[in-house]
Amino acid sequence: MTTARHSPLNSLAAHAALIAYVIVALFPVFVIVINSFKDRRSIFREPLALPDADSFSLIGYQTVLKQGDFFLYFQNSMIVTVASLFFILLFGAMAAFALAEYRFRGNLLMGLYLALGIMIPIRIGTVAILEMMVATGLVNTLWALILVYTAQGLPLAVFILSEFMRQVSDDLKNAGRIDGLSEYRIFAQLVVPLVRPALATVAVFNMIPIWNDLWFPLILAPAEETKTLTLGSQVFIGQFVTDWNAVLSALSMAILPVMGLYVIFSRQLIRGITSGAVK
Amino acid sequence: MTALVLDDVCKAFGKVEVLRNIDLAVEDGEFVVFVGPSGCGKSTLLRVIAGLEDATSGRIAIGGQPVNGVPPAKRGIAMVFQSYALYPHLNVRDNMALGLKQEGAPRTLIAERVAEASRMLELGAYLDRRPAELSGGQRQRVAIGRAIVRQPRLFLFDEPLSNLDASLRMNTRIEIAALHRSLSAAMIYVTHDQTEAMTLADRIVVLRDGRVEQIGTPMELYNNPANRFVAGFLGAPSMNFLRAEPLGGPPGATLGIRPEHLTVGADGPLRGEVTHVEKLGGDTNILVRTEGDETLTVRVFGQYDVAVGAALRLGYDERHAFLFAQDGSRLSNR
Repeated sequence: MTTARHSPLNSLAAHAALIAYVIVALFPVFVIVINSFKDRRSIFREPLALPDADSFSLIGYQTVLKQGDFFLYFQNSMIVTVASLFFILLFGAMAAFALAEYRFRGNLLMGLYLALGIMIPIRIGTVAILEMMVATGLVNTLWALILVYTAQGLPLAVFILSEFMRQVSDDLKNAGRIDGLSEYRIFAQLVVPLVRPALATVAVFNMIPIWNDLWFPLILAPAEETKTLTLGSQVFIGQFVTDWNAVLSALSMAILPVMGLYVIFSRQLIRGITSGAVK
Repeated sequence: MTALVLDDVCKAFGKVEVLRNIDLAVEDGEFVVFVGPSGCGKSTLLRVIAGLEDATSGRIAIGGQPVNGVPPAKRGIAMVFQSYALYPHLNVRDNMALGLKQEGAPRTLIAERVAEASRMLELGAYLDRRPAELSGGQRQRVAIGRAIVRQPRLFLFDEPLSNLDASLRMNTRIEIAALHRSLSAAMIYVTHDQTEAMTLADRIVVLRDGRVEQIGTPMELYNNPANRFVAGFLGAPSMNFLRAEPLGGPPGATLGIRPEHLTVGADGPLRGEVTHVEKLGGDTNILVRTEGDETLTVRVFGQYDVAVGAALRLGYDERHAFLFAQDGSRLSNR
């Protein structure tokens, strides 16, 4: 009986497949990182070679750091991503709770309306968004980006979270009501901890596109003091000359913060799964 | 004092009527069991009493106070749920204390009540554990403890034993009965298990399709069911029903005889063939297919040897037979 599930051949095959996937997925990242430590000539001569004594150079990092504002770009990207995720999770979870928990007229329609946003890309509305931002004076502020990204992330968040919240035991919420907890405390103390894995999933799904986005920073907040990292890196890419050392170094550094965020969320994910169920 | 009065309570979800014209009075200290098949509205009725659902119409009073529109926490009730519904992030002590804390009770009172409840339920050793670290039976005791510490006028139990295994179910049933004797509060208990209903109740309310079919003590309902549904629902194995006409009854009527009131004897009016035998040690259930192609269950006390396929004659006592009209209502006995 046990041979079917634990044969060494099977687990070897499984590991081989997983390792192959890891190599494929990490290869571009690997190439970027190794080339960021090489001088310009070596990048083009032997793009796949590891940096050695000859080709090793920190010129890219020096250029990026000399650019001066790079820490500001980092900071802007971080603020926009974290604030957007915070609002997506907060409003998404609250809307999902209402949709999952309360019977009211138009509940289903409201859910469909919110889910519609999944199917329509927000970039279609760029012109209208820009006009609104100009009218409200939010152009070239980080708030412009935070608001747009929150709107962009909410539909999927509401959709995923309401499904998960429906699965939270009714008895538990009712027990809270009988003990006199307010609806807000039932939401915050009983329901949210139980859907934490779903929250982490939503956060990870939304984090990467926000961090990497070039479109909205370019249109809504291109000013020097509100540039995000992705937009800031564009200064090294010219129409005729591209400073590849600097681009690769900037990209290598851009990976780090988002990786940190991912580690935080994935921990939540694992903790949520192992925390023990209601029954 | 009356613990609970329901006056013409109706509940509808959209166009679906779930409860129709429920009238009921529960006295202080009474143990009332709502019983019925799944979907009969018994859990909804309990939730309406608890205030988790609003009644569409009708009046609800708990301890003499009308409570329509009063939130669950202020109704003087406590509820025990089927899935225990313990707060996963709190330990046993805090689970039991939360309700009182929300009411703003002084800390010493809370500690006293929790200590008292954990002594009654033998939970003293587990007070610092989380629900995830407890067994099913212990969790259910914590859920009961959480209800006790609030000292409610009215306890509500929503199928509290359904998730427990058979032996634990019996023990917990006895504990609940003992608890009722020592607490003297009124209790309402919802179950689909007629054994729990018969063994625990002072009075049973039999529900079907959102209507009350009959209210009475377990023995009243058993000995004098108002209709065929109640007769068939209570008692295990359930009552045998057969066409009354061949046995001298009015046309279209049904004769109901409990399995223990059928006797095996050479001169009985019913003939049939044994199709299956269940030997339980203490008694024996014999399934018989009659000449009229009706299946009867015969309960014989003690151990009884009979082979499958054997021909059998069965008799019954007229005094223990019930006669039901075609619509299920009870006809007065001949």
